Amino acid sequence: MVTWTDISGIKQKIAESSAEEVTASYLEKIGKSCINGFVRTWDRALEVAKAIDAGDQEGPLAGVPIAIKDNISTTGLSTTCSSKILQGYVPPYDAHVIGKLRDAGAVILGKTNMDEFAMGTSTESSYYGATLNPWDTDRVPGGSSGGSAAVVAAGEAPVSLGSDTGGSVRCPAAFCGVVGLKPTYGCISRYGLISYANSLEQIGPLATCVADIAALMDVIAGHDHRDSTSINRENNYSEALKDDVNGLKIGVPEEYFGEGIDEGVEKAVWDAIGKYEDMGASWKKISMPHTKYALASYYIIAMSEASSNLARFDGTRYGFRADGDNWHVMASNTRAEGFGDEVKRRILLGTYALSAGYHDRYYLKALKVRTLVKQDFDRALSEVDVLMGPTMPTPAFKIGEKIDDPLSLYLADVNTVPVNLAGVPSISVPCGFSEGMPVGLQIIGKHFDENTIIRAAYSFEQNTAHHTRRPREVV
Amino acid sequence: MVYENPDGVKIGLEVHVQLNKLKTKLFCGCSTDYHNDEPNTHVCPVCLGLPGSLPVINERAVEFAIRIGLALSCEIVEQTQFHRKNYYYPDLPKGFQTTQYDYPIASKGKVIIEGEDGERVIRITRAHMEEDPGRLQHIGTIEKSKGTLINYNRSGMTLIEIVSEPDMRSPKEARRYLDKLRSILDYLDVFNGDLEGAMRVDANVSVFGGERVEIKNISSFKGAERALLYEIMRQKNHVRRGGEIVMETRHFDEARGVTISMRTKEAEHDYRYFPEPDLVPLRVAERAPEIQKALPELPDARRERFLRQYEMSNMHARALTNEIKVADFYEDVAGKVNPKDAAVWVADILRGELNYRDLGIDAFAAKDIVTIIELVTENRITEQSGVEVIRTILDHGGKPQDIVKDKGLLKVEDDIVAKAVKEAIAENPEAVTDYLGGKEKSLNFVVGKVMQKTKGRADAREVRERLVKDLNDQS
Amino acid sequence: MITKEEVEHVGWLARIRIDETKSDAYAGKLNSVLDYFGQLDKVDTEDVPPTYHVMDIVNVFRKDEVTESMPQDAVLSNTEYRKEGNFKTPKII
Ligand SMILES: [Zn+2]
Repeated sequence: MVTWTDISGIKQKIAESSAEEVTASYLEKIGKSCINGFVRTWDRALEVAKAIDAGDQEGPLAGVPIAIKDNISTTGLSTTCSSKILQGYVPPYDAHVIGKLRDAGAVILGKTNMDEFAMGTSTESSYYGATLNPWDTDRVPGGSSGGSAAVVAAGEAPVSLGSDTGGSVRCPAAFCGVVGLKPTYGCISRYGLISYANSLEQIGPLATCVADIAALMDVIAGHDHRDSTSINRENNYSEALKDDVNGLKIGVPEEYFGEGIDEGVEKAVWDAIGKYEDMGASWKKISMPHTKYALASYYIIAMSEASSNLARFDGTRYGFRADGDNWHVMASNTRAEGFGDEVKRRILLGTYALSAGYHDRYYLKALKVRTLVKQDFDRALSEVDVLMGPTMPTPAFKIGEKIDDPLSLYLADVNTVPVNLAGVPSISVPCGFSEGMPVGLQIIGKHFDENTIIRAAYSFEQNTAHHTRRPREVV
Repeated sequence: MVYENPDGVKIGLEVHVQLNKLKTKLFCGCSTDYHNDEPNTHVCPVCLGLPGSLPVINERAVEFAIRIGLALSCEIVEQTQFHRKNYYYPDLPKGFQTTQYDYPIASKGKVIIEGEDGERVIRITRAHMEEDPGRLQHIGTIEKSKGTLINYNRSGMTLIEIVSEPDMRSPKEARRYLDKLRSILDYLDVFNGDLEGAMRVDANVSVFGGERVEIKNISSFKGAERALLYEIMRQKNHVRRGGEIVMETRHFDEARGVTISMRTKEAEHDYRYFPEPDLVPLRVAERAPEIQKALPELPDARRERFLRQYEMSNMHARALTNEIKVADFYEDVAGKVNPKDAAVWVADILRGELNYRDLGIDAFAAKDIVTIIELVTENRITEQSGVEVIRTILDHGGKPQDIVKDKGLLKVEDDIVAKAVKEAIAENPEAVTDYLGGKEKSLNFVVGKVMQKTKGRADAREVRERLVKDLNDQS
Repeated sequence: MITKEEVEHVGWLARIRIDETKSDAYAGKLNSVLDYFGQLDKVDTEDVPPTYHVMDIVNVFRKDEVTESMPQDAVLSNTEYRKEGNFKTPKII
């Protein structure tokens, strides 16, 4: 069985041996991995760990190894969004969160695999090939932060960072049986996160337990003047780690149990809600009528923004460059050869949705529907403290099962994307199993009320045993 | 006399003004002082468009823009935001330009110019903020180029695009409008118009109520006048031959003085504007009153004041207030000599000599023109000599006093000395006799008398020489 | 319905070369997604304002203070296509 070690366990190991040994043991494990979770490790990781041992650097995460999604910029460590078009690109600057992690003494192990440019739900569209789910290597780990979730589940890193544009932290957390948080929009600086859909996404932590999520948030959240959408608001996340849901009002949106939901998932989630009731919380069904339109709204907005965000990859300044006897041809060839099929499809659809004659029908309409979805949340969260439902309607599906049908893949995001449209925080915690695969419970809170969902998730973890089950060692 | 505008010419101008007096660029802290530096030394992740970088607005750029809007009698918008203008060009590192779209910071203003038949109001449609692209350099000519070099030092500089209504009826009026705009901007102290690329012009022109043609790539005011003259002639000839003018964009070839059609696939655009998700809205109108209060006296107001305060001609008032430096220079001089004399000397004579040499007012010291005016008004040199002194200073340098002496321009002074010498000889016969009798020392007495008469202004050695000569002539 | 010609036009706008032989296949896949997006036509959004920014914040500024730029070799470090401190690309037209 895979060994999971949380941050406090890591600290204990460092005290007993050294940060260098801890890092070395992770690197050794990664070296033997067959799940393709990491796309590259950092050749300076041991050096950093040694410096920690030498006492050169202290901090709340001193010596704690961490895995970073391949779309978060790291100075000196290639960052490619798992795309051919960014082959060889080495950022000359650190993302805000990376600076924070380095200051806190964390040891960056390497970059994790993802759906190309974070566009996917399965981590199959990576230029580096699919990542395998440690619970069943025939299945996907979820996406797009599939690598970040899989390496934590496989014990190749104690914690990791992902990014969540429409569920990309929560989906793989659910599929891999770990904890993942999508914070409130503006909570964590996006500076250095390579944009897919700026108005929707946030960086988010993944870990084996809720306490580690809070510990990471205490390090990476907070205001950054380099991100105009970053919000200046102090918070202590670890203070929320209390086993107490007495009086907590839970809303259960009936739309989150829609058509196509897996029976095992449904049962696990209702069991979890029952457990909350036992623990002193109350729940009621709630209606969020625009949920069914959220998916289309989300994809139109995300693709539109992406079509513009990804325009800079033209072969001129960095990354892959194809031939072409004038610049426009060179750029078109570079993009045709450098992007994978799904990325190209989304760019084309986004370009179309913004183009003359279609802008109002698609883009503007989607933004209006976004308002309606957000109003659903405002209304629901004025009645209850948190919303709960399944993170994903099914457990992890088989590799290759949906890759040829983009739409069926999009439909899997039905419960996660409304959260991004509304900008509210949401956490996915393990709540059981279906077909032997982990099921995630999604807990959604009010803007900047991360502490309530962290407290709810922590209490659940303290009173259940789902998170103690581990995948078998895969070799 | 009313200008008939026989060809029904309508000219509108779009002027891009680079706010190079800001210390930093529009969205990043890179210095704007790049004009003499190596390529790509004033760039950072933001203005190089590196993946993951985010823009943050320069507050002073917004203040400058409001200042300009108010100076052009515009309304300042309540709330504005930036949009992305999506198109591909290698000077655009993000693949889109960040600009303003449906809510320009300023709109509905006016500029008053000296038109073909007296004062004419040119309406300002809008003034909006945007970022400057980088600079391209073609290896060889643009058509037969072997490649393109890109320098991003200019990328991200703040531009204000000032768009006029098609209210100008001749290239001359267009030129006057440009001069007036430059004058106002100089007064506002928001840019240095002498730096390369500080003001760039696109023109649109139509004749006989036909379609309008846009002319791009105009690099100087003189060029604007030439391009318009050519284009009006071309359109008139085309119509005369029975042709029809089509709406198109033409490129001005400065070297050949012609406009060339640019109908290529590359020039086809669909900009797919949408609000920049990485920048939040700006509520700016509330800042306008304070900025209005601090607005400096503008050219029209200063001209009015000059007319009143210094009682000069309208022509002088206009000439002296067009350029803020000239106006300041004039007021400096007018404080020390008769303002009317100062007006003639500065507006007519000095400016004429400067223009002839293509020099600005900086090339001449105010104290020197004060000295020259004093010499002339005290009748010590002729007006003609005054002009000669100005020319000498401009061509060879030097101080007015020295030049007057070296060139023997003190005609009047000579007469005074000659007269004093004659008088002294007549009034001191004893000393004269003693001297002629061989008492050399007696001459000193006569010299002293001459010096008394000239109040010490004469040169003692010259007086002695003249005495010796006069006495020798006498005897 | 997006046509084969529109796919090619959008491909040009997005600077993604689309081989003529593939534009039909593209149109098919894009249309199945666009069909799905079409369900938004049913939503009544009259008088509903669009949400461009989910957080209601305004006036985020930076002071006009110079920060350090990158050294030239760092600027050019990610490409081999450069000349005399400039980026170098094929001719434009
Ligand atoms: Zn910069």
